[in-house]
Order: sequence, then C-alpha cells, then structure tokens
Amino acid sequence: MDQFLSILQATVEEGIAPTTAGVAIAVIGLNIHFGFTGLLNIGQAGFMLLGAYGMAITLTQGLPMLVAVLVGLGAAVLFAFLMGAPTLKLRGDYLAIVTISAAEILRYFGRLAALEPWTGGAQGIFGKNFQPAFIELSFFGGGRFDLLPFSYRDAGGTPVRVISLLLLVVVIAALVMLLTGARTSKGPLAGLASNRAVARWGSIGLGVLTFLLVFFTFPVSLPRTGTNGWWVRGVAWGLVALCLLFVWLLVRSPWGRALKGVREDEEAMRSLGKNVFVIKMQALVLGGMLGALGGMVYVLTSTVQADAMGRSLTFFAYTALLLGGAATIFGPVLGTVLFYSARILIRNAANAYVPDGWMSTQQTDQFSYIVVGVGLMLLVIFRPQGILGDKRELRFNV
Amino acid sequence: MSETTIGNLADPAARKALTDGVERTPGSAKPDPILKVDTIVRQFGGVTAVNVDHLEVQKGLITALIGPNGAGKTTFFNLITGFDRPTSAGKGAHWAFDGRTLDKTGASAVAKSGMVRTFQLTKSLNRMTVMDNMMLGAQDQTGEKLGLSWLKPTWAKQEKEIAEKAEGLLERFKLLAKKDDYAGSLSGGQRKLLEMARALMTDPKMIMLDEPMAGVNPALTQSLLGHIQSLRDEGMTVLFVEHDMHVVRHISDWVVVMAEGQVVAEGPADTVMSDPAVVDAYLGAHHDTDLGDDSLLEDDDPMEKQIEAEVEAEEGKA
Repeated sequence: MDQFLSILQATVEEGIAPTTAGVAIAVIGLNIHFGFTGLLNIGQAGFMLLGAYGMAITLTQGLPMLVAVLVGLGAAVLFAFLMGAPTLKLRGDYLAIVTISAAEILRYFGRLAALEPWTGGAQGIFGKNFQPAFIELSFFGGGRFDLLPFSYRDAGGTPVRVISLLLLVVVIAALVMLLTGARTSKGPLAGLASNRAVARWGSIGLGVLTFLLVFFTFPVSLPRTGTNGWWVRGVAWGLVALCLLFVWLLVRSPWGRALKGVREDEEAMRSLGKNVFVIKMQALVLGGMLGALGGMVYVLTSTVQADAMGRSLTFFAYTALLLGGAATIFGPVLGTVLFYSARILIRNAANAYVPDGWMSTQQTDQFSYIVVGVGLMLLVIFRPQGILGDKRELRFNV
Repeated sequence: MSETTIGNLADPAARKALTDGVERTPGSAKPDPILKVDTIVRQFGGVTAVNVDHLEVQKGLITALIGPNGAGKTTFFNLITGFDRPTSAGKGAHWAFDGRTLDKTGASAVAKSGMVRTFQLTKSLNRMTVMDNMMLGAQDQTGEKLGLSWLKPTWAKQEKEIAEKAEGLLERFKLLAKKDDYAGSLSGGQRKLLEMARALMTDPKMIMLDEPMAGVNPALTQSLLGHIQSLRDEGMTVLFVEHDMHVVRHISDWVVVMAEGQVVAEGPADTVMSDPAVVDAYLGAHHDTDLGDDSLLEDDDPMEKQIEAEVEAEEGKA
C-alpha cells in the first residue's frame, strides 16, 4: 500500500511540475492553431525552442528578465511571420511541412558547434547560467512549505490517507457525472444538473474539494524559492491561468468566431469579405508566442538543450491537446496534466510491480510511452472529441 | 444615368420600359450598368471555359444567367468574384463593379466592395451554429480586430445589433427555430437558405446566386422567389444562375444566355427563349437534322433479328 501511495505521490508531483505547466502553455498555443483555426502546425516545439533560447541567451548576456522574455516572444513572432508568409496562402498541408522542417532546422542550429558560445552547442545552456536572474525576482522568501497547512500526517497517518484517497475518487466521479449531466442531460446526476445554479456551484465546489483532497492526501513539500520550488511553480501555473483567461477572452469574441470560420471553410469566409490570410497569420503569431512562453517555462528548472524540444515534444503536445479536447478552453491544460502524470504513473507502477527480469527500468520508461500511445489510439476511436470536447461537433465532417 | 430617367424599379412597368430600350444582342449596353465585364478568357489547358467579350449587368434588376451544363456560368462567377484569375489577366481583361475596377482584386475585397456570391455546392460552416454562420456575414465588426477583440465593451453593442439583424433574416428565411443548431445538421435546402441569408448579412449591392433553387422544395422555392423579388424592390441587383426555366421566366427581368463559354444571347425572359442562338445552345444547331438511318431504331430491324436468332441457337446448344 505504501508503495502504491508513493507512486501516486510521484504522479501528483509530476502533474504540478513546472515542465508540465510549460507544455500546457504551449498546448494552449497549439489549440489556437489547430483547434480553433485549423492550422496544422507540427512545429510547436520549434516555437518553444526559440522562446527558451531567446530567454536564456539574453539572460546569459546579463540583460534583465523582462528583456529576455520580450526577446523570446519577439523571436517567435518573427519565426511565425517567416513561416506563415509563404505558406498561409496555400493549402493546409504546406504549413505542416514547413513547420516541422523549420522546427528541425532550429534544433540542428541549436546543436551547431559553431554557435557554442551562445547556445552551448549539443550540451546546451546550463541552468546555473540563466536561472539565477529568474530566482532573484522571487518574493516568496526562504524556507519550505506545504501547499496546504494540513495533511493526512496531521490527521492520523496512513489509514486517514487511504480514506481520503477513496473520498477523492468518489468526489472526482461525482464531478464527472455532474458535468456530463449538465452537458448531455444523461447519467445519474442529470436531474440535479438540469438546475443550472446547482450544476455551476456544485461543480465549482467539487472542483475545490478535489484540489484540497489531492493535496491533503499527497502533500507536496518544496522550498519556497530555489531552482525547483514554489516560486517557479507559482509563476508557471500563474502564467497558465493568464493564458487561459487570454484565450477565453479572444475566443468568445467575433475574432474567435472568425477563427472558427476559417477552420470550417476558407472560401466561404472570403466570399463574406474576410481577409483569411490576415486571420490565419494572427492566429499563427499568437499561438507561436504562447509556444515560446511555454518553452521559457519549460526550461526554467533545467537546461536549455535543443534535443529536449524536438519532434517528440510536438507530438506529445498534440496528444495532450486531443486528450483534453481540441477547440475547448480547459482541454489543453487538463490533457497535458493527465498525459504527463499518467505516463509517470505507468512508468513507476511498471517499475514497482513488473519483475526486473521482465522489464528493466529503461524498458519501463519506453513501456510507459507505448501504453500512452495505445491509450491515445483508444481515445481517438472511442472518444474522438477528447475529454472536454463536444461530440456534436464531430458528427459533421467538413 | 440618374434615377429619375430610370424610374422606380419596384414598378414592373418601369422595369419593362427600361429593358425595352436595351438592344437584344450579346453584350448590349445598359442604361445604368452596375457590373461591366470586358475580355474575360479562362482556359483550362486547351479548353476555353469562358470567353466573354463584353457584358453589362443593369443595376436594380434581376438578371438570370442561363446556359447548358458546362457553358462556363460558374467559372464566370468565380472569375468576376476573384475566386479565380482569368487567363487573359493583363492582356485586356477588365471588369468593374459599381465604378470600381476589380482586375486585381482578391475575393474578400470583391465581397467588401458589395458584390457577394453564394456557391453552387453550399459552403455552410458545419461545426458552427446557424447563428454564428449568420454573424460572420456582418461587415466592419470592431470585435474582429485582434487588438480590440478581448475587450468586450468595445464590441458588445455592435454584436447585439448584428444579432438582431441576423434573427430578422433568419425569420424571413424560416430558419429562426434552428438558430442554435449546428449548420451541419441542416438539410441541403436549408443550407442553401442559410447561405443566401448569410450573404445578405453583408448588405451587398449586388448578390450573385449560383443555382439558389437546386434542392429546395417547391413550396420554399415560391417564398424564396418572393424574397429575391423583394430584394430587387429594395434596390438590390441580383444575378443568378439557374436551370429551372419556370423560375427564370417567373422572376428575371433580363436573361443572359451562355454557351461554350460565350454570351450568345440576351433579352427579356419571354423572348430570349425563342432566340435561334439559344435553341442551338440547348438542343444543338442540328437538332432537327437526320443524323442517320432511323430504321435501325425500328422494331423489325434485320440486325436485331439476326442477333436474336444467334442467341436462341446458343441457348439451344446449352
């Protein structure tokens, strides 16, 4: 039991890691591209790379944090213009080809020995060279703290922990049923959810309860500041929240409506007097800037190394997006958190319960990717709209 | 030409007086053309799909563009609305709408200038609601500017006005009950209606309908025709492609006939149908010439008998 609980503990910690937040921001950007506008950008990792390099190189030159962030974002804007100008007037496939190649070109550039003074070549830029500038900004103070002031340890140890875990499962199940009921008028809680006020406040209450129970059962204790403490997490998840707010504001506006129009049919939009090229370019630039911001957050606790942001990261981003639900607001974040924590859960469980003779530690890591891949296939077959997506939208193939 | 000489075009007599003064030849000059087209040629490889020397469309009338399949009507639509480029671009191709030259104008700018089209194969935005489809048609929306879109107060008022206008149009096209449904869930005919309503959201000066009645049920066709006529009476110019001759005869003030890419005849609906060029276009110039030995088609054809005998012999053997 203790082993199982410690696996879950690691899963929760991965779920709130700054790298997860970084990818979540990049996926929010990808959602603007793919989910809302229908732009097939297969080079989101390239945008992340630009953000990370832009920030880290500027910081190693001794410039302030704000300038560094602006350099990273500016590089992404430039990159988006460069890729978009020749391809956005063509059919969607060309953007896909150009983005994936451009992202690879960037990655090889980062590894170039000739650029070692700036990019650190294949070694990358070590965290100690750029992280202090960010850590110095912290106003969280010193010492350690738990996210919640109380945990199972204060309340009676492991038996309480198991009970609260079971309670957590029940609360999540209730939350899911309530949300499903509100959305589709089906399921055991449909009657309750038909009252809009009950559905809204009920789900908010259950959401808060879930949060409290998670960190009551799995208390995370970290230094307030430091390279991998609450300061980094606070900034990272704060940025995620800001990006969500930003995207929500944009998508509910007539501009967001125009994005979806472009996704559905460009010619129809042209016949209505909309400048499709401009709309697509705006979406590409905005999503790319979010990608760059995500890249910056992604490297805050580690090294800026080109291979860490390669093709596979783009594909993980797509997996997370489809898992959460494309063209939804919270889908990208939910998808990313689930994707990264599920992988850790599978890997650690395989490590613990599968005998070493069957699978070595290295193999369990690969095994976790296989399981995630199979999971994605099942998802696409049985719930193609993702967790938060609207099934009705899939009924009509464009 | 000023409005006074043309008179009120909602009045049938005024329209008749207007069209009576127009020559019934291909490419004839109109008193007050809203669209003027010169030397538009479009070739696909060796095939010349469109080859229009000159065409004028009178403002404020319903003009029908008819012609057999493959006559180049839709290609012509595509060319003048900026969805395609003429092969003759830069070599004499020239067309102007409402006094504005459109030779190098893209599709969205053409629409902005007031010439809005619909498509033969309807382009409804399937994974958006009917209402969202409509709202996209409105022009000059503040909320579509990226810089202001996230500030709701800057566009909320305009959005409300647009929504009211959209609901009014949906009501007129009998789609109001469907306003929150996905456009993809509509039937083919309803999508035609939606597309027409959406085009009207742009407040066009001229609306170009590509086979608006195809797939629409007869009862609805009647009310649609009424709508189109009332659009004309409100001062809009209508140019439409249609195969149903009843429709053409019923509502059009002027008919342009295309065949093999060229304009072959023009005139009011009742007379143009008997124009020899039109008969040629639809039935072929030699439609009453004997193309061969009709006796081959008779029942007592000796060849047929011979074949039958052979078949019987075969079956006997088996």
